[in-house]
Amino acid sequence: MKPPRPPLAPLDYLGRWPLRAWLTSVFIFLYSPLVALIVFSFNNSRRNIVWKGFTLDYYVQAFQDVDLIQAFVNSLVIATVCTAVSVVLGALGAVALWRFRFPGRTAFEGGLALPIVAPEICMGVAMLVFFTTVLPWPDDLPWPLDLGAITIAHIAFCFPLVIVVVRARLASFNREQEEAARDLGASELQSFFDVLVPHMRPALLAGALLAFTTSLDDFVITFFTSGPDTETFPVQVYSMVRFSVTPEVNAASTLLIVITIALTILAVRMQGPDVTKELVG
Amino acid sequence: MTQSWTRSRGAFFTLILPPAFWLVVFFIAPMAVIWGYSFGANAGLTHVAITGTFANYARVIEPLYLGILFKSLVFAAVTTGLCLIIGFPAALALSFASPKLKLWLLMAVMLPFWTNLLIRTYALMAVLRDQGYVNFAVGFIYSGLAKVLALIGLHLPGFEPLPLLHNNFAVVFGLVYVQLPFMVLPLFAAVDRMDRSLIEASLDLGHGHMSTLFRIVAPLAWPGIASGLVLTFIPAMGAYLTPDLLGGPDSQMIANVIERQFKMANDWPFGAALSFMLMYLTIFFIAAQGLLGRKKGRDA
Repeated sequence: MKPPRPPLAPLDYLGRWPLRAWLTSVFIFLYSPLVALIVFSFNNSRRNIVWKGFTLDYYVQAFQDVDLIQAFVNSLVIATVCTAVSVVLGALGAVALWRFRFPGRTAFEGGLALPIVAPEICMGVAMLVFFTTVLPWPDDLPWPLDLGAITIAHIAFCFPLVIVVVRARLASFNREQEEAARDLGASELQSFFDVLVPHMRPALLAGALLAFTTSLDDFVITFFTSGPDTETFPVQVYSMVRFSVTPEVNAASTLLIVITIALTILAVRMQGPDVTKELVG
Repeated sequence: MTQSWTRSRGAFFTLILPPAFWLVVFFIAPMAVIWGYSFGANAGLTHVAITGTFANYARVIEPLYLGILFKSLVFAAVTTGLCLIIGFPAALALSFASPKLKLWLLMAVMLPFWTNLLIRTYALMAVLRDQGYVNFAVGFIYSGLAKVLALIGLHLPGFEPLPLLHNNFAVVFGLVYVQLPFMVLPLFAAVDRMDRSLIEASLDLGHGHMSTLFRIVAPLAWPGIASGLVLTFIPAMGAYLTPDLLGGPDSQMIANVIERQFKMANDWPFGAALSFMLMYLTIFFIAAQGLLGRKKGRDA
C-alpha cells in the first residue's frame, strides 16, 4: 500500500526553473567525470581524449593483469568477511543498546561513534603501529589468512556504521511485541530470531550494503595495513594512477563502479526502496 | 523502557561482549598506543620509548607545521562553504519532488558517494589535467576563435593549457566534488522534515522567497545545516587522497605530512603527535556542532 500523496503545496520549488537548473547542474557536476571515465574505457585510443572507436582491449588487458585481478579478489574477500562479521556485531550491539540500561552506556555509545568520526589517516596510522608492534601479523601466512589484519581493521570501522543503521530501525519497534513473545513462552533466543530479527531485516540489509561498500571503498586505512603481497584493489589502482591516466585503469574502475551499482540495485530489489530511507535516516 | 542489565545478565553479556571486545581491542587499543607514542621518542630503529615528553607537540606548533595545519583548516572551510552554497538549493529542490521521484533522486545523490573515492579522484584527474577534457574543450573553442580572428587579421598566441591540476584549486575542487553528498543528505533530511505550512505562512504574510529562505527555512533547518557542515568539514580537514593526487608541491595537507612521518621519515612519535592534533580538532568540531546545533535549534 502506498501512502496517499500529500496535497501539493502552492510553493512547488522543484517546478521553478532556477532550482531545476541548479539541481541538474549538481547532477552533471557529480556524474560527468564518472560518465567520461566509463565511456573512455571503451575508447580505442591511448590518448584517451578523442573518441576513436569502440574497443574492449583495455578490459582484456585489465583481466590479464595478474596483480590487478589478485587485488580485486582480495578486496572482494575482505569486503565479504567484513560485511558478515560487521552485521553480526552491529546487530548485537544495537540490540544491547536498545534493550538495556547499564553502567558505562554513554561511554560505549561515545566509543562507537569514534571510528565513524575519526579521520581515516589517524585510524590508518594507529592500525599500522598496532599490527607492527602490538599484534604483529605474520606476512607469510597462506592466502587468505594474510588478509586478516586488513579485515580486522575494516570490521573495526564498519560495524559501528551497522549499529547506527540498526538502532534507527529499532527505535520504531514496539517493545510489547517482544514482551508478548516472551510471555507466550518464547525463549530469549526464539524471541530474538523470530521477533526482533524480522523487524531489523531492512536495516540489516542496508547495514550490510553500507559495510560492503565502505570496505570496498577504503583506501587510506588499507594503505597503512597492507603489505606487498596483500594489496587491495584501491591500493593497486593507487599505484597505477599516481603518475598517469591510462585506459586500463578506466576499465578496472568501470568494473568496480558496475559492481557498486549492481549491489545497490540488488539491495533495493530485495527490500524495496526502503533501503534508501534506512540510510538517509 | 529499557531494562536494567541485571535482569538478564546472560542475554546482556551475549549481546554486549562481542562488539565491545572488537571496539576496545581493535580500535581503542591502537589509538591508545598512538596516543602514548605522541609523548615518546625514537629509541632505536623500530622501538619507541614513551618518555612523557611534550617535544613532539612542541614541534607541531613550529611555523612550518602550524602553517600546514592552518592551510588544512582553510581548505576544509572553503570546501564546506562551497558545498553549503551548492548543496542547499539542491536539497531544497529535492525535498519538493514527488515521493517516488524523491527516492530516485536521493539514490542518485548517494551513488557517487558509494563509488570508490579513489576512482572519483582519478576521474577528476582525467577531467582537469593538461590533456584533460576541460582543456581539450577550451582549446577547441580557442583555436576556433583564433581561426575566425585570423580572418580579420588578428593573430592569437598558441593555446596554453589552463593549469587546472596539481595546485590548490584542484584540491578544493576535488574536495567539493567528493564531499558534496555529505552535505546534501543531512540538509535534505532537515528540509524534508520541516512543516511546509510555515513557509506558506511566511509567503502569505508578505515575505519574498529569498527572505523566507533566510529567515524561516534556514533557522528551522539549522540542526541539519550544522550536522552537514561538520560532516563535510571533518573529512575534508583530514583528507589524504585528494591533496595527494590532485595537489601540487605546495598543497600538502596535514594528512600528507602524517603519512610521511610514518612511511618515509620514520618519525613515529612526531607523526603520532600530528595525528592526535587532528583527532583533538575533530573532537572539538563535533563538540561545537553538538552545542551550536542545539542552541540555535531551540531559539528558532
